[in-house]
Amino acid sequence: MMDEARRDAAARATIAARESYGKLLAILASRMHDVAAAEDALADALAAALAQWPRDGVPSNPVGWLLTVARRSAGHAAARRQTAARGAVVVQMLEDERNDPTADDFGDDRLKLMFVCTHPAIAADAQAPLMLQTVLGLDATRIAASFLVAPASMGQRLVRAKRRIRDAGIAFAIPEPEDIPERMSAVLSAIYAAYGAAWDDVAGADPRLADLADEAIWLARLTVQLAPDQPEALGLLAMMLHCEARRAARRGPDGAFIPLRDQDVALWSREMMAEAEAALRAAAQAGRPGRFQTEAAIQSLHAQSRMTGERLHGPLAQLYDVLARFAPTTGVLVARAVALAENGEADAALAQLDAITGAETYQPWWASRARILWLCGQEATAHEAASRAAGLSSDPGIRGFLLAGGYRDAPS
Amino acid sequence: MQYMLQFRETPEERAKPNDPAQTGTYWGGWQAYIGALAQSGVMVGGNVLRPPETATTLRVENGTRHVVDGPFADTKEQLAGFVILDVPDLDAALEWAARAPCASGGSVEVRPVLPPPAA
Repeated sequence: MMDEARRDAAARATIAARESYGKLLAILASRMHDVAAAEDALADALAAALAQWPRDGVPSNPVGWLLTVARRSAGHAAARRQTAARGAVVVQMLEDERNDPTADDFGDDRLKLMFVCTHPAIAADAQAPLMLQTVLGLDATRIAASFLVAPASMGQRLVRAKRRIRDAGIAFAIPEPEDIPERMSAVLSAIYAAYGAAWDDVAGADPRLADLADEAIWLARLTVQLAPDQPEALGLLAMMLHCEARRAARRGPDGAFIPLRDQDVALWSREMMAEAEAALRAAAQAGRPGRFQTEAAIQSLHAQSRMTGERLHGPLAQLYDVLARFAPTTGVLVARAVALAENGEADAALAQLDAITGAETYQPWWASRARILWLCGQEATAHEAASRAAGLSSDPGIRGFLLAGGYRDAPS
Repeated sequence: MQYMLQFRETPEERAKPNDPAQTGTYWGGWQAYIGALAQSGVMVGGNVLRPPETATTLRVENGTRHVVDGPFADTKEQLAGFVILDVPDLDAALEWAARAPCASGGSVEVRPVLPPPAA
């Protein structure tokens, strides 16, 4: 009986933690102006919950309980450091607690936290990891694996970023209206980095889908919920949902890679596609196009083309030109060249591809080269490029696809 | 900065080159990988090794030589080969490690090479 109660309390503490980690951390960090100290305080509160709830029962408002204990823990920690500035912060926090002891509506500071994590003063390679850790509570080891970085390096990167937030006094606030587009774009780029790239446009390109797709979609939904007037947030959500809808169709039973053109559309998630289309329509109403809305429109066209059998290579190539103006990244320029080649201009596409510099070890560049060279009728060099792309691939399914001639229309 | 990538394979992975149905994919994957390493100009050196059963291990204890057939440790994963790479940092070395065919169905250990002492 006792064991069961203990397990139940532990389970409830775990659930309360998972569902409200980011919310609680955002509240604590925005008061303390110190992410690392807020994490410590929250960790103390979670440990206290695991010790007390099995004995005394789960409080009626678990989240409020966690927040109260975390605030006290932060107060004790600050008192130990005995600094006047922190004393003022503690007074403020205890004041908050008196005004708001048990209410369930704590407000939501998570958007502020997301803006802090993607502040220009934070190193670019720390922004997405920091957001995943603070808003979702993911541990550094898991984040490190997803970004293919040594756990120790990722830990250092996160510690440095948190120190910077504290020492530079980065404000936990919604940016001024004129700064919002740029700062929102940084938030969305960090979420996109957590998602990786799906590469549905370039057959045989490494997807680089970290196992963080669910987390990234969750973050995009949260952003849309907290900032519903941002069309680019809706665009990002729509784009990720379109790619995610095809997950089950992207692999054969033996793990073999199946390109978009050969996927069984019956395996696509209609639910996710409908949500994606609704998000894209809502975004379009704002009349403010941008990078992510364009990427979502491209995925929408791909879906439409496969569902109806309609050839949409022309509109796709045009959308890629638009996208390259918004975001001339290597990935976008490579995919644009493929779209041009599929639209019947293989020689021009090859020239576009050759103009992209610094892509010597960029796997999608070589996979695209194989496809474009084959469309140019240069079979031998296409084969060489495919072999190079296979050697640069970290995915056994894609390696096999390329070596088996997947860059051709009918793989042999 | 130089790193050694040690490629380790499980018994299942080691059996692939001897299976007619899988040998083509197995060697095709390694050829493409080593080819990409060489063409990218990051490879300092390296070799593929014969299977662990061909190893002979020597140890001297209290002046007595012990010579045994087989590898030093009879672990599940065995060294299959190695390369030395010259890349900017650990992140770049890990990126190359992830591309090795044995990264799935084995593992890749990445170790920095100690630079020779300054003359």
